[in-house]
Amino acid sequence: MRRTVFRSPWLPYLLVAPQMAVTIVFFFWPALKSLQLSLYRTSPFGDKSTFVGLENFATLVADPDYYRSVGNSLVFAAGVTGLSVLVALVAAGLATQKIRGLTFYRTMLLWPYGIAPAVAGIIFLFIFHPAYGVLPYFLSFVTAYEFNWLLKGWIAMVLVIVSTAWTHLGYNIAFYIAGLLAIPGSVLEAADVDGAGPIRRFVAIVFPLVSPITFYLVVLNMVFAFFESFGVIDAVTKGGPGNATEIMVFKLYKDGFIGLNLGSSGAQSVILMALVIGLTMIQFRYAESKVTYR
Amino acid sequence: MPFTLRTLLSTALVIALTGGLLTSPVGAQGKTEIHFWHAMTGQLGEAVDDLARQFNASQGQYEVKPLRKGTYPETLTAAIAAYRQKSHPHIVQVFDVGTQTMMLSGAVYPVYELMKEHGIAVDWKDFIAPVVGFYSKDGNLYSMPFNSSTPIFYYNKDAFEKAGLNPAKPPLTWKDVEAYSKKILASGAAKCGFSTGWPSWTMVENMHAWHDQPFATKRNGFDGLDVELLINREFGVKHIGQLAAWQKDGIYSYGGRQGAADPKFVNGDCAMYIQSSALIGGFTRGVKFQWGTSTLPHWGAPYKQATSIIGGATLWVLKGKSPAENKGTAQFLKFISDTPQQMWWHVNTGYLAISNSAVRNLEEGYHFVRNPNQYTAFAQLTGLPPKAPSGMAGKKPAPVKSERIATPNSQGIRLGNFVQIRDVIEAELENIFAGKKTTKQGLDDAVAKSNQLLKEFAAANKP
Repeated sequence: MRRTVFRSPWLPYLLVAPQMAVTIVFFFWPALKSLQLSLYRTSPFGDKSTFVGLENFATLVADPDYYRSVGNSLVFAAGVTGLSVLVALVAAGLATQKIRGLTFYRTMLLWPYGIAPAVAGIIFLFIFHPAYGVLPYFLSFVTAYEFNWLLKGWIAMVLVIVSTAWTHLGYNIAFYIAGLLAIPGSVLEAADVDGAGPIRRFVAIVFPLVSPITFYLVVLNMVFAFFESFGVIDAVTKGGPGNATEIMVFKLYKDGFIGLNLGSSGAQSVILMALVIGLTMIQFRYAESKVTYR
Repeated sequence: MPFTLRTLLSTALVIALTGGLLTSPVGAQGKTEIHFWHAMTGQLGEAVDDLARQFNASQGQYEVKPLRKGTYPETLTAAIAAYRQKSHPHIVQVFDVGTQTMMLSGAVYPVYELMKEHGIAVDWKDFIAPVVGFYSKDGNLYSMPFNSSTPIFYYNKDAFEKAGLNPAKPPLTWKDVEAYSKKILASGAAKCGFSTGWPSWTMVENMHAWHDQPFATKRNGFDGLDVELLINREFGVKHIGQLAAWQKDGIYSYGGRQGAADPKFVNGDCAMYIQSSALIGGFTRGVKFQWGTSTLPHWGAPYKQATSIIGGATLWVLKGKSPAENKGTAQFLKFISDTPQQMWWHVNTGYLAISNSAVRNLEEGYHFVRNPNQYTAFAQLTGLPPKAPSGMAGKKPAPVKSERIATPNSQGIRLGNFVQIRDVIEAELENIFAGKKTTKQGLDDAVAKSNQLLKEFAAANKP
């Protein structure tokens, strides 16, 4: 391979400058700003600001509500990641079979990703809402059980997990289709000749070969569930009933932007950031060793 | 640069993107611009635009420019962010629960001061007492009441008839509500007796006021910041406990926060509904059965009878504008509080007219005879007889006088962090109605968490 050498010592810096500028302005600067916010108690209009050290963190650590939001986030992230990755793998498996209208199916499968989370939330609301949803209406003819997630927290949690997983499904499917198509046909044929059935073939060959993609998607979906699932929660449950679906990022928004408690909000975003960095590191440390790169 | 369509469009785009902030206060026709940020959507937003147009046409010096900034919390957050960058509007609409935050912000030009300093006489005594009380400090009005409403009782007359109840006789007590609900359920006229909108506002805040029970210490927070909630006392536990018991029997059906339960009434599932008086307009257009309104049900003795409290939003004037602009702001606020505009606003939006003269004029014009439902909220807030005086053709009605005076328990509630407190209360109500907690436990938890929020607010706003 030919090594490229820059003549001017400034050129390489100049070339990475735009990328660095974007990262600094949109990542480091806000992150530092929230770190700063988390150490102060600030009045909403910003006229009174007192340095309080770690008091905002201490209040959170002593607050059972905060632990519940952390627990909710873990359940939510695990649910969303598990569901959307698993369903995507199955759907991609089906969409790589030799069937008529393949392009059409593939296009349809990718569509949900083009829908904004908030809009997806509204769609699910129209389907599932106990007062005006379509599904509860038809279910009421079949069963007397009331699917009232306005009062039953676990149903609400399942609902937001399903709708969030659905919005992210298309993205995962796209990756899996690419991964599945890259598996050499000869390997599968060899297994076929050795007498392996479709399930055996999947477990022994396909799954290990797409494991880098699975790993990537698990990390990405996890981060997505922690940070960017706000739209669905806000549109569907607003954290209710009784805080049952209040995940960390929603509590952070609520305390900061509705409650105008910027200090606590800042502290929460610092903790959230640390938690997600930690989780990602753990995944790289332990899960990556099980990944087969070709 | 030649003046092309392209320059025009790009200029328009820049103005749109910056919310018109780059334009100078003096507009194209030499008029002083007054920026007004609000949160009214749909038909209500059009009414706001219309009101501004009326003011702009009434004089040649000022031009009020209304701009919708999203929901109530979004509008407030936007105004705060703008204030910190000194690019704030002259007037911002803030919802009732944001009152304490605004009063202590140091960013506000109190309305009474604004009017006094610009020599504009306003007869504050003519304003309906519970409306003014909510937004006053030491007897001085801080923000101009704009869209005010109060929860009232709605009922489905067709369902009443089907259940063998007299549609002209709505229930006046909670015992009646229970008995009527049982009849309605037994006859199959509806699937549930009643439901509620805005659960904390209607069932906790207003029920305490309506029964003259304190919601919080220090006169519901009007007298200081070291406040604690009192909703876990005898009355609160009795009322919420009864709702929880009724939830089991199908008499009450919890339908979610804010207006999420509206469809339960509109599609006929629940025969009775407690929700803001501002929904009269929407129900008039959207409800297909015969319906009526009445004052809120009461538990009777030993509880006293006071007024309900108002909700909605008011207009706050922000500091840091020139005297000339402030003068225009003052004139606009005076304009919208004048009797003709108050009447127009009430008739077109369903929000309450806030002056006694406007109510009197509406009555003289037979507005309430034609629209008896519009009268219920006034009756509740002022203690007037619950029915609109009818058959007064040819005869001038007696002057309206408030008979029911707002008590310290019913003049309103002024708490810091009230948005979160409402959220805490509603979350605990959901735990109670779902049977996850006993009524006492749920309300105790709501009080403990709210008190913590109140402490934090007091600490952050130490003088």
